[in-house]
Amino acid sequence: MKVLVPVKRVIDYNVKVRVKADGSGVDLANVKMSMNPFDEIAVEEAIRLKEAGKAEEVIAVSIGVKQAQETLRTALAMGADRAILVVAADDVHQDIEPLAVAKILAKVVAEENPGLVICGKQAIDNDMNATGQMLSALLGWSQATFASELAVEGDHAVVTREVDGGLQTIKVQMPAIVTVDLRLNEPRYASLPNIMKAKKKPLDEKTAADYGVDVTPRLSVVKTTEPGTRKAGVKVGSVDELIAKLKDEAGVI
Amino acid sequence: MAVLLLAEVTSGELNMDATAKAVTAAAKLGDVTVLCAGASAKAAADQAATIAGVAKVLCAEGDSLGHRLAEATADLIVGMAGDYSHICAPATTDAKNIMPRVAALLDVMVISDAMGVVDADTFERPIYAGNAVQTVKSTDAKKVITFRTTGFELAGTGNAAPVAMVDAPAASGLSTWVEDKVAASDRPELTSAGIVVSGGRGVGSEEQFALIEGLADKLGAAVGASRAAVDSGYAPNDWQVGQTGKVVAPELYIAVGISGAIQHLAGMKDSKVIVAINKDEEAPIFQVADYGLVADLFEAVPELTSKL
Repeated sequence: MKVLVPVKRVIDYNVKVRVKADGSGVDLANVKMSMNPFDEIAVEEAIRLKEAGKAEEVIAVSIGVKQAQETLRTALAMGADRAILVVAADDVHQDIEPLAVAKILAKVVAEENPGLVICGKQAIDNDMNATGQMLSALLGWSQATFASELAVEGDHAVVTREVDGGLQTIKVQMPAIVTVDLRLNEPRYASLPNIMKAKKKPLDEKTAADYGVDVTPRLSVVKTTEPGTRKAGVKVGSVDELIAKLKDEAGVI
Repeated sequence: MAVLLLAEVTSGELNMDATAKAVTAAAKLGDVTVLCAGASAKAAADQAATIAGVAKVLCAEGDSLGHRLAEATADLIVGMAGDYSHICAPATTDAKNIMPRVAALLDVMVISDAMGVVDADTFERPIYAGNAVQTVKSTDAKKVITFRTTGFELAGTGNAAPVAMVDAPAASGLSTWVEDKVAASDRPELTSAGIVVSGGRGVGSEEQFALIEGLADKLGAAVGASRAAVDSGYAPNDWQVGQTGKVVAPELYIAVGISGAIQHLAGMKDSKVIVAINKDEEAPIFQVADYGLVADLFEAVPELTSKL
């Protein structure tokens, strides 16, 4: 079985996000970029399936700007076998929407025939939480979102999902789409020898046009602004003072 | 314009808070038809009919719609989509499972976590873990939206909208339910509680989280946790407050031993009054707190619990 893992190049988790003064978006020029943290968990899970003998090949795919090949090299260094880069934008500020990404992924799936596609549940830039579900819809496959446990057993997968109220376990027919949540695993760091080896692993480069997919956004961004901020209040000196403030000043207890 | 709103129905019960807030959002767009779907949904539909501003309620009951499985519910919605300009739901985990699937089947983009309605095509939504707010205008003929309910007032009740039954689709056969592990609790539900007490990494262990729970129970509050506390195993996943967990906006939010990472703030900064208890006076949580107490939580929390 092949496992396909879509990975997205996003602003690094630790970088402070700055909204551009003209309201046109978030400043991504000269900012450290990394693999979306949820996608790292997806790559890790795919590699573990291979190590457990449940998968033969792990293919990482990224859709976006040319620079996303760095993200794919990271996936290869972690242990993916090969990578596919689909160039769909020239400008790092252009985000390819989940619907377009899902359409391109559906074409890649048709070529590669994976038994499983493992996606991060959301990207930390647009926070849409949509690509996996959309891909599943387009393919007519089963979907198991927000996974915190995944077991592949023959022609199906048993997935525990993080849902409101607790956890839910479902069984999905393969081929299937699984989107992963934070608690599924702890992704490994790529070792230096593996980073060197990754440079020699195959990385195919395609374009959105090769797949005949129109990536024109359906949502046009009118403006991007700083969120409303709260002012810091006062420091209280004791528990008694805190209770007094909450009772008399705020009136909330 | 006609709006279809998927109500939050879990195991036959209507989540009144999430649904009634989403009705407020949906009513800005047009006449609201509420859809209650589930293995059993009639009681939920009857309750949804009381929400002010609801024009009509549709009720679909069938085994295929039970257990939160996305495939059949998405098929049900797509089958009736022709009648509506907007299809929406409160941004719960169930809706986030279903609505993008609906959108893709209709060949439109989903607008996730909308926190403001500008006009029928234009919505505000948080991006970058709440570090920025984007206003997006949809060019799609049909809009599929999930609403972040903390941004909208609770709609009133007293209505008596007509309830009509609709057929449930066949089961997809793609997914089957195995089991739920839902912790039974007498505490209020996290996203609708008037008071929330949350613990962070500073609480130190699962056992010591009892301190947080004790304070919450004294206040009749829900219990929350930071991602760090959940990742460390101190608290279950469904207690997580933050951009990737639950978004809450209670009257009073008490953050204990939480440093205040931006993704946590994204989940609670719309609370009316925020209290922070942390021994590190430089912790970012104090920048959003109305009342900050720099203290050892292991002394301050028991004292607070006993004096309330």
